[in-house]
Amino acid sequence: MPIQLTINQAVKTVDVAPDTPLLWVLRDVLDLKGAKFGCGMGLCGACTVLIGGRAVRSCVTLVSAVGSQPVTTIEGLSEDGTHPLQQAWEELDVPQCGYCQAGQIMSAAALLSHSPHPTDAEIDTAMGGNVCRCGTYTRIRAAIHQAANAGATANTK
Amino acid sequence: MRMNRRTFLQLTALTGGGLALDLYSLPLAAAQQADAPPELTPQAFIHIAPDGVVTIMARASESGQGMRSMLPMLIAEELDVDWKDVRVQQADLNEKIYGTQFSGGSQNTPQGWEPMRRVGAAGRELMIAAAAEAWGVPTTECTTAHGRVLHSASGRSVGYGELAAKASALPAPALSGVKLKDPKDYSIIGHSRPGVDNHAIVTGKALFGIDVQLPGMLYAVIEKAPVFAGKVKSANLEQIRTLPGVRQVLVIDGGITPAAFTPWEPGMEPGIAVVADTWWQAQYARRQLKVEWDLGPAAKQNSEAIRKRAGELLKTAPGNTVRKYGDVDAAFKSSAKVVEATYEYPFVAHVTLEPQGATAHWKDGKLEMWSTSTLPGNGRELVAKTLGIAATDITTHMVRSGGSFGRRLQNDYLVEAAWIAKRVDAPVKLLWSREDDIAHDAFRPGGTMGLKGGLDAHGKLTAWRQHFITFGDEKNVASGGGIGQNAYPSGFPPAYELYTSVQPLTLRTGALRAPGDNAYCWVAQSFLDEMAYAAGRDPLEFQLDLLNNSMVPWATGEHDPVGDHEPTGAAVLIPERFKGVLELVGEKSGWASRKKEPGRGMGIAAWFCHLGYFAEVAEVSVDAQNRVKVERVWAAGDVGSQIINPGAAENMAHGGIMEGLGHMAQEITLENGVVQQSNFHNHPLMRIRQTPKIEVYWRKTDYAPTGLGEPTLPPILPAVGNAIFAATGKRVRTLPLKRSGFSWA
Repeated sequence: MPIQLTINQAVKTVDVAPDTPLLWVLRDVLDLKGAKFGCGMGLCGACTVLIGGRAVRSCVTLVSAVGSQPVTTIEGLSEDGTHPLQQAWEELDVPQCGYCQAGQIMSAAALLSHSPHPTDAEIDTAMGGNVCRCGTYTRIRAAIHQAANAGATANTK
Repeated sequence: MRMNRRTFLQLTALTGGGLALDLYSLPLAAAQQADAPPELTPQAFIHIAPDGVVTIMARASESGQGMRSMLPMLIAEELDVDWKDVRVQQADLNEKIYGTQFSGGSQNTPQGWEPMRRVGAAGRELMIAAAAEAWGVPTTECTTAHGRVLHSASGRSVGYGELAAKASALPAPALSGVKLKDPKDYSIIGHSRPGVDNHAIVTGKALFGIDVQLPGMLYAVIEKAPVFAGKVKSANLEQIRTLPGVRQVLVIDGGITPAAFTPWEPGMEPGIAVVADTWWQAQYARRQLKVEWDLGPAAKQNSEAIRKRAGELLKTAPGNTVRKYGDVDAAFKSSAKVVEATYEYPFVAHVTLEPQGATAHWKDGKLEMWSTSTLPGNGRELVAKTLGIAATDITTHMVRSGGSFGRRLQNDYLVEAAWIAKRVDAPVKLLWSREDDIAHDAFRPGGTMGLKGGLDAHGKLTAWRQHFITFGDEKNVASGGGIGQNAYPSGFPPAYELYTSVQPLTLRTGALRAPGDNAYCWVAQSFLDEMAYAAGRDPLEFQLDLLNNSMVPWATGEHDPVGDHEPTGAAVLIPERFKGVLELVGEKSGWASRKKEPGRGMGIAAWFCHLGYFAEVAEVSVDAQNRVKVERVWAAGDVGSQIINPGAAENMAHGGIMEGLGHMAQEITLENGVVQQSNFHNHPLMRIRQTPKIEVYWRKTDYAPTGLGEPTLPPILPAVGNAIFAATGKRVRTLPLKRSGFSWA
């Protein structure tokens, strides 16, 4: 069944079963490999994308439920990888295996969009659904703070 | 079994600080390694383009330890180029030109430190030779800097890019004769370099095993029995074949003979492979399967019965003496105080965040594989054997993985992908679900330890007796469940006995990060803490005092390959280094002046494994509901003279600590052979809110650098357990924490 989606500001039509999780449409139909499969139950956050600006687990989101809401994946977070979060992640050398990091960054992006200067407690809440098996949480927290500061600087210029 | 040094290094790498019994159940790398390592050449590793861009081949697989950055850094340093001009490319499997491509046991640093630097230095000498020849000057008058050869006498200089074609045709110098830099001149080694794949990671580029995409590729899943090695009796295969997107449904008979001992690579597990146009279609179709299974003997296994049997075995005469010296019985008789305790820890699963999987393409009698294995040579051999093809007909591309933690040392998923590919007329990507990944893990085996220690009137340790109940049969111990005669504190108490007894286990087990050590450290360092309290002494002072005893050396020879150590002597515990990290962490954590208040406490522990020394202090708070929050952790490590990539090293230490905390709340249990845990809700990982403030300190010593993947992990478990005791007066003797009445806050 053809389904129309708006992914990273481009309209795409995919022909998949309506109960296919968005994750597998992104990965295997649209060849957007950034969102990862980790649990299939919305427990780990590796598949996190933004739908209508909110962080959503795409592994438990049926493609038919997306509707006209815009979907943003890590590939569409910035044109050239220069979103303050992406830069902070690189500068602070956050990743170990790196598998969870796209999902972490997308959850952090949703957080910063409504809380430009999050406290540690706000970070704990917003990032609580994203696991890092390698345990890079200390740097994830630091990178969010760094990106928040960079964003503030950019906004005041 | 006679082992040469190379085989020994490979094996001990996997088994940690000399878990001798394990060696006999891990006939691993011998299969993939020629006895004589190849002579490495700069031409194999270094490619320089005319514009001066240097491509360095990363020989090891990357699953998060930063090997893709670290090993090329060693080459780049001695090649004398700027890191900004370096591009790193992952090498395919070819151990004839790259040497070992095994990643595990924290071995890439000790095995790469010398050879990789020499490869770089040999490349530099080739550049000098090419320039000197062109200029008609002696090589001794030439120097290098920033990827250029300089001749100061004439003021000439030339970039490596212009010399590359000429240099590559020159004979490579013998690595043993090349001159290495003085460490004070390092500009890359010892300077933090972010991971070379970071940009691809943060922009979501296809990079991991799961991301491999080939034209016309199909996707596969495998339905396996709910218990290990259960066989397919019948199934609704015809119905499944009619479902949307399904291309093939294949019954795997498998190659496992269920027995009391399950080998490291027991053979293919039986099951039903579903191949479809997309992964989701394959998974969807698979869920419609109705299978009648022949469950076999594994269905008789129950965790409660296993624990009960372990308790019985503790009360009977031990099956095997691992080490014995001094008169332990006499020492207990004359001791002022004797302390006894039983410690128990569970099976746990690896849960790499990327589930197991692989991609394979069978075409014209040849196989091409995209593998995340950390023991890729062994993977190729297993595939060749299973498929009945020549290893030389297999090409292995090494792909970054979303974590290994020891899991990808085993190659079961790779064999499965290859087996399916040989029956499908297209490339096939196999991907396990999370539930598959937990149910069919190669589990860290659980264990039970009975301990008894004696103290004299001055509170000094007089004797130590340890009886370890593990798994195996008369001849073999389950992978990851062996223990060696050097198990700390072996050698330090004046009298000592270490015994093992086994019970059968029909289940795949394996190496989980710091195998053996991730459990034995918790047991030994917790019980030492008990002894210190029983003696009325400070735990740090008590252990430093114990380490002052003259160490009773263990016998070398066949049963203790660790005695056959490298010239650094690093494979044998060096008390000065063990004490050094304890003292450093004591100083940094303010141990001596720590406050004693109810509900809050600090604990200390240390360990030596995988050639590295770590001591850690944890500070915890425990609320009225016995919920534990780890507030702060101080870690002190000694991995030799040089931290190669300091930023990555600190990150790795954080990771070891976080993983160790994770182990404390995880368990895998069996009911009628069925693993009761299935996903992250019942096999939890630590979350960001549970992350303590962590400080990492290095104690630099004169020893050659060694690895960090593993030794950072073990001490955190007893450090936290000991801190819980300090806070509450309750001793954690059973893991997971909930079995001792605690949980994470």
